[in-house]
Amino acid sequence: MTLLTDDQKMLQETAASFLADEGAIAKQLRHWRAIGCSDGFGHDLWKQFAELGLTGISIPESHGGMGLGATEAALVLEEIGRNLTPSPFLVTAVVGARAIAGTAHADRWFPGILSGETVLALAVDEGPRHAPDRTALEARRQGNGFVLHGAKQFVVQGASADMIVTAARTAGSPGETEGITLFAVPKDAAGLDVDNVALVDSSKAARLRFDNVELDADAVIGEVDFGWTTLKAALDAGRAGTAAELVGVASGASAMTLDYLKQRKQFGKAIGEFQALQHRAAHLYSEVEIARAAAFKAAAVLDSGSEQAELYVSVAKAKAADAAGLAVREGVQMHGGIGMTDEHDIGLFMKREAVLGELFGDNFYHRERVARLSGY
Amino acid sequence: MADLDDFRSDTRAWLEANCPAEMRQPIRSEADVCWGGRNWEFQSDAQREWLGAMAERGWTVPDWPKEYGGGGLTPEEARVLKQEITRIGARSPLTSFGISMLGPAMLQFGTEEQKKHYLPQIARGEIRWCQGYSEPGAGSDLAGLQTKAEDKGDHWLVNGQKVWTSYADKADWIFCLVRTSSDSKQGGISFLLFDMETPGVSTKPILLISGSSPFCETFFDDVKVPKDQIVGEVNKGWDVAKYLLGHEREMISGMGLGGGGSLGAATKPQDPLLRAAIAAFDVDALAFAAMSERFAAMWKAGEAHPASPSMMKYAGTELNKRRNELAMAAGGSDALEWDSERGGKVPRDWLRSKGNSIEGGTSEIQLGIVAKHILRLPGA
Repeated sequence: MTLLTDDQKMLQETAASFLADEGAIAKQLRHWRAIGCSDGFGHDLWKQFAELGLTGISIPESHGGMGLGATEAALVLEEIGRNLTPSPFLVTAVVGARAIAGTAHADRWFPGILSGETVLALAVDEGPRHAPDRTALEARRQGNGFVLHGAKQFVVQGASADMIVTAARTAGSPGETEGITLFAVPKDAAGLDVDNVALVDSSKAARLRFDNVELDADAVIGEVDFGWTTLKAALDAGRAGTAAELVGVASGASAMTLDYLKQRKQFGKAIGEFQALQHRAAHLYSEVEIARAAAFKAAAVLDSGSEQAELYVSVAKAKAADAAGLAVREGVQMHGGIGMTDEHDIGLFMKREAVLGELFGDNFYHRERVARLSGY
Repeated sequence: MADLDDFRSDTRAWLEANCPAEMRQPIRSEADVCWGGRNWEFQSDAQREWLGAMAERGWTVPDWPKEYGGGGLTPEEARVLKQEITRIGARSPLTSFGISMLGPAMLQFGTEEQKKHYLPQIARGEIRWCQGYSEPGAGSDLAGLQTKAEDKGDHWLVNGQKVWTSYADKADWIFCLVRTSSDSKQGGISFLLFDMETPGVSTKPILLISGSSPFCETFFDDVKVPKDQIVGEVNKGWDVAKYLLGHEREMISGMGLGGGGSLGAATKPQDPLLRAAIAAFDVDALAFAAMSERFAAMWKAGEAHPASPSMMKYAGTELNKRRNELAMAAGGSDALEWDSERGGKVPRDWLRSKGNSIEGGTSEIQLGIVAKHILRLPGA
């Protein structure tokens, strides 16, 4: 469906009012930044997500969750993006929950996610650019278990996570999708070194060093050597979700900029009266609307299980990053000097866009994927 | 849903039985398009049969009411029909400005007599229409038009000139904006319909940079038009004109879909930088296709902003120009050949596409409309 159902509209309204109020920039992002919070988000807010049932949005009803799809997650994430709300929603409730669904790990971790006590993370990237099939972190068999050795980076909320879903190589070589296995790595695993890094947007991502980390065989998520399908599904859920969050970032930045164009006066009139700015604002509006359509299309094809899901997920991620990038650049430029100040919120949108644009593959990565999926 | 499934299987069976094999071939050139009209010469029996069969069912205009020659389908049924037509690759049985532009405006503003008289003829492809909007002195500033219609008691007397009239030399009738009062710019315009064979009407094709002449100059010299051939009230034609423009813009925005295929898959670019540019284009094209789908659903459900066709027109036409630029680049020197056995289609399409962001209101006009009506920027 291209239009929302009544239930979806209700969820959207709930998420919109909850996040505009509790998730507002002054209350969350600026607050945690100011006190130098090591998580970069508030656990109380995560509990509030749980009270609304949102932490279990994609957890099956049989496990006590809402059992909803990518479309519903997108509705929540658009509001998160609009308010720049820092929270584990994307990585824990959308990506992490998806990665362990249907496995024994679900019983272990779903209850904590549902109650808002547990945070998960996903460790995939090993270099500065997203390339999941290049996974090289070694997982060698030892006795009944595995020994992990290598490094990961850009593990969003990795230092806050109770468990880190980690992609490792059990066979084959980097570039091959077969031979990748997913492991559930507990935060206190011996030999795991966690370097908690603050990113440009004040969110936290960890660099992980695995120094011969020993894991039992039951740490494996799914099948040994065949983790790619699950990893790809978790990543695509994350990419579609990130696209929706970027649409929210784009909308929030655009709305703020539009207000400024109407209110700021120069040469005796509102600067929004100048055609040079009007046309750019109208072009931006058009790009953001198209990005939103692409994001919801991606969510819809994921929910319908269509063969086109991968294609549309990459279209959405690339388009949303492009549109949000335009929105924040135009936002800062049209705000003029005030847009360069830390005091004004528009710069926070620019920083958030930079991180979300990179997460799970940037627009270059996804254009490449669109080209390959289209047969060229 | 069960009813819709039945509708789908019935439709599929009917199309299978009634759509000639020849009409399931891709459109190769303008010559394959069926425009209909009094003087239409069908390209083949198959083209005639396909139009006849579809018109008989009202499926040239599936969502118009049955009493006006339409199919009376619900939006869901119309979507299924479209999907089934696309599935077998069937050509449109009829392409017509009557369907895409005049019809919707007449359904909204016409009298019952007018609807009963004109709409079934449009649906059956019996009358080919052209659009008399732009004038030499009224392009982007359309409401500045000067073609005059004087009230002569039992008829209107029309004098003036139109320009960029698409296919005026092939059309049977014209829907035409005329000035019936000089007291107000927008409030002095009326919307007239008349036969192109009326004495005093003449046309002159304009040769374009693409080498074709789809547009004409159209001259009116003491043209007598019966009084009842006005749509909407006298001096209130601007409302009709704007409503029709919304449909025209929606139609033109379809150019952004570019036939639906991936440009990269069609051109297989080897140069890495060109491949990158084409991949970026394909992302935008697929995203626009999603927008088009969403817009159509919202428009039907009444959830779209009334000015949103301007956004669609702007985005779709700019995208189509970009597609053609990249097709020229991918074609290299092959694409420069104008007159060879390879046909020169690529350069002709490229040159023709430049008009997309001019006709139906320029990109700049559309951006202005978005700024004013959607973004509510001051002074726009």
